[in-house]
Amino acid sequence: MSKREVTSKDSGTRSSPGVEIVRSEAPSELLRELVAHLRQNRTQLREEWVVRITETRLLTAMTKEEIFAEATSVYDSYVEALETEAFEALQAYARNLSERIIPRGVETHEVVGIVLLLRDVLARSLFAKYQNDFKKLNRILDAYEPAANRIANTVAVGFVQERERVIRQQQEAIRELSTPVLQVRERLLILPIIGVIDPQRARQLTEQLLRGIRTNRAKVVVIDITGVAAMDVTVANHLVQTVEASRLLGATVIVTGLSPEIAQTLVTIGVDLGKMNTVGDLQGGIEQAERLLGYKVVTLAEPR
Amino acid sequence: MEVPILKQGEVLIATFQAALSDADLNQLRMGLVQQVVKFRSRAVIVDVTAMDVMDSFASRTLREIAHMIRLRGAETVIVGIQPEVAFAMVQLGLTLEGVATALDLEEGLAYLTQKFKHTD
Repeated sequence: MSKREVTSKDSGTRSSPGVEIVRSEAPSELLRELVAHLRQNRTQLREEWVVRITETRLLTAMTKEEIFAEATSVYDSYVEALETEAFEALQAYARNLSERIIPRGVETHEVVGIVLLLRDVLARSLFAKYQNDFKKLNRILDAYEPAANRIANTVAVGFVQERERVIRQQQEAIRELSTPVLQVRERLLILPIIGVIDPQRARQLTEQLLRGIRTNRAKVVVIDITGVAAMDVTVANHLVQTVEASRLLGATVIVTGLSPEIAQTLVTIGVDLGKMNTVGDLQGGIEQAERLLGYKVVTLAEPR
Repeated sequence: MEVPILKQGEVLIATFQAALSDADLNQLRMGLVQQVVKFRSRAVIVDVTAMDVMDSFASRTLREIAHMIRLRGAETVIVGIQPEVAFAMVQLGLTLEGVATALDLEEGLAYLTQKFKHTD
């Protein structure tokens, strides 16, 4: 902040419109000078940066060679982004980098940390270069800081977005796995539900069940909720709606394994018991379903 | 667009097309209720497979058809409701209570055959 005041005072003392125009043109020129400087000292600055990364124990999941290789490409993209002020390439690189390093357990703070380190290393080299011309240093920093901040931002956001994408993907996978619609007999499906049902999972469950009824031409469905400890009013309502929707497709639903808590919830929302077909446990439910489908299970011989 | 009503033995079959106006629905209702007695049919199957959207008027008409047919001494089976339509209807509270439903035409006919066998 104080830096900015100095600059404005600086321009204030010689405030004439002409100077203003020169100043507004200056940043891009300064950036060019800056980029030239960073290109010239690439080897040394990159070396310094890598040393700092190792010193601060960032990216411990990666080998020294890997760090050096990544550092080189990050450094080049960084300078390029400074030069062109186009962040797309850097953004793409950040996403690509994140894709590679997230599975290896690299944390957000590490990625943000290395970018901030590079920013710091480069700023220090600028201090060293312009230490005799304080006014020029100020102007150089004016040009450097916003661009550097934007770069840090871009990389961090890219990393976090990639992370979130991975998390979303995993959640989707868990959801897919956690609600299988299984056929136990011709025209008889079971839907064992385990775990917590949130509204989103409930919706997905319904979709899968209705589609399953269609494709398997099911007449009876047993929904087993033994593995569900409790459900809120919204989800309970959804369950009732699923039962009704299944009936519209011509399938009878038998709900088994209601816990006392869920029974309480269903009574509280005033479910029409004529519409809900419930049996105590899964075995009873399957037996009931077999009766509805006209199956009769007989023992062929005495079990040994 | 008029809905054709087919006669298959003791059953009348009406197949909904995609976009039916309210007037078409009213006409279908009257047609079914008249013909069910004229042909001495025991049941009516309404096939809605082609409908990927069902508004409240269509759904209410379906229920009315079912109840009127019942009063005329026959039974109604609605077949071919799409999964998405089914859930949308339930969410709107249109559950067609008291009306028999089946997966498709084949299932509907099988259901009726079974039922006729019991009552014969």
